[in-house]
Amino acid sequence: MNAVVTASSLTKRYKNALALDDVSFRIESGRIVGLIGPNGAGKTTALKAILGLTDFKGELNVLGFDPRTQRDRLMEQVCFIADVAVLPRWIRVSEAIDFVANVHPRFNRAKCEAFLARTKLKPNQRVKQMSKGMIVQLHLALVMAIDARLLVLDEPTLGLDILYRKQFYQSLLEDYFDENKTIIVTTHQVEEIEHILTDLMFIRDGKIVLDTDMDAVGERFAEVMVSADKADAARKMQPLDERQVFGKSIFLFDGADRSTLESMGEVRRPTVSDLFVATMKGTYA
Amino acid sequence: MKTFYWLLKREFWEHRGGFLWAPVVTGSVFLVLNLMAIITAEVLGAKHGIEIGGNDVRMMLQHADRGDMAQIGSALDMAMISSMSLIGIVMGIVVLFYCLGALYDDRRDRSVLFWKSLPVSNTSTVLSKVTSAALVAPVIAVVASIACGLLQLVIYAVVLSFHGVNVWQLLTLAHPLQAIGSLLSNIPLYALWAMPAIGWLMLCSSGARTKPFLWAVAVPVVAGLLVTWFGIMGLFNLPPAWFWTHIVQRALLSVFPGSSLIFNDHDVTAMADMDGNNPLGLLAPSHTYGLLASPNLWLGVVAGAGLIAAAIWFRRVRDDG
Repeated sequence: MNAVVTASSLTKRYKNALALDDVSFRIESGRIVGLIGPNGAGKTTALKAILGLTDFKGELNVLGFDPRTQRDRLMEQVCFIADVAVLPRWIRVSEAIDFVANVHPRFNRAKCEAFLARTKLKPNQRVKQMSKGMIVQLHLALVMAIDARLLVLDEPTLGLDILYRKQFYQSLLEDYFDENKTIIVTTHQVEEIEHILTDLMFIRDGKIVLDTDMDAVGERFAEVMVSADKADAARKMQPLDERQVFGKSIFLFDGADRSTLESMGEVRRPTVSDLFVATMKGTYA
Repeated sequence: MKTFYWLLKREFWEHRGGFLWAPVVTGSVFLVLNLMAIITAEVLGAKHGIEIGGNDVRMMLQHADRGDMAQIGSALDMAMISSMSLIGIVMGIVVLFYCLGALYDDRRDRSVLFWKSLPVSNTSTVLSKVTSAALVAPVIAVVASIACGLLQLVIYAVVLSFHGVNVWQLLTLAHPLQAIGSLLSNIPLYALWAMPAIGWLMLCSSGARTKPFLWAVAVPVVAGLLVTWFGIMGLFNLPPAWFWTHIVQRALLSVFPGSSLIFNDHDVTAMADMDGNNPLGLLAPSHTYGLLASPNLWLGVVAGAGLIAAAIWFRRVRDDG
């Protein structure tokens, strides 16, 4: 498999905080990677480094380019939506399309217009007259019409209502993603992207604390609902987390023996959000 | 090349108000005020049965010798130039604030994240903004000035023709073609002269985390005060005023068209000489292009290039978006 992003010993220090602490990872082609972490964990810094928007120490290779010095060439292969509603407020829909069509060699105008035809956006409309959801629709239409190898999404749906959020990820999966493309996405709305991810990365205090693919998550982690009488036995097996529901305890285990767990109660695959909460315990304490 | 053309177009879209409408509106307001003044004068004149100007002008023209004719021509030229210079001042203000916002506004509203997501280098982005300030805005302002100056001339000529003065005779006394030629010829000179100011303002725009205007003004002014207080210029055998005229004013005010005429002392004396007889002489290429021999111009261009290079560097490393 060929790597889209290879990072080794990535370090970035702001004045008084370490945003990335000697981070190394690899992202393969054709994956949808969720980069998930609490506020201030270094997600955005990692993405900015990949996009050539910030300086850093260490080695980083994105599609064969060094993003620090070759950003303009890298951007022919990489698209990103950094945060919601960053389109310039003065621009009209038609101007945005004209501009991107003429500066981006891999932009497909027909595709963009076909996507916009399914929205309420008018060619003459300015961004400042749009709702947040409509701005994201326009941005997504521009990005999806670009035949890029890597798409980076940083909180692309923050503050949108659920209709826009569902539509956003649905469009992305149905009309954009294929095995030649790679998507890196960060969001706090983990539940909504859980089913589309192929890989999961947890980041905490500038360190990658979990880097795995989704199939492995099901094999490695397990959640068991244990009745009160067996709870002590379960606690002895060093669970990651314990919570109480209806007088029963739910334990989260990392790499525990499957048959032992099944003897204690009902075993199921933990959701990403439960896993996240368990992993990030004490972050803000 | 195609990308650069679209970058210029992008700047024009964003700043259509300043680049196009500001000179057009200024010219229109100027013409409308002139028309109103003329109409008022005509109405008052008709009411009181006084013939203002008309017969006198006609008689004057009939009895004028060559010197008087030249005077009338100069007066018409002055009228034309006054509308042109007003547009020039407005354009200077537009360019000043355009440069201060060019690399700052998109960082403030975070749309820089969108622009940087496109395969366009920081160098072309900054250079497209420099070109917009140094060439696009002046060309539009000059075209608007020419239109406004010609309309002004036509209005005067038509009004006087109502009083029996021959329009064509009047128009031949003025020098509209010379004025147009002079204005056009001054565009490249303006671009060179304005370079240090454009560079400095863009550097502030690109480097400042907040308040680029404050940086742009405070740094040269405070430096000027320090230099004056400590008499640093004396070390180079230069008067303290040298720093103000050659650094502070060049960094801030060179964006105003015609500022090269005011900054050069001998030009001011020349202006005093010429003003009465040949107002266009001051703008004539034979006069203005003498600036090309001045080290002041070329040192400014070099300084401007350095400042623009620094602005490009800041554009790359500032990541507070």
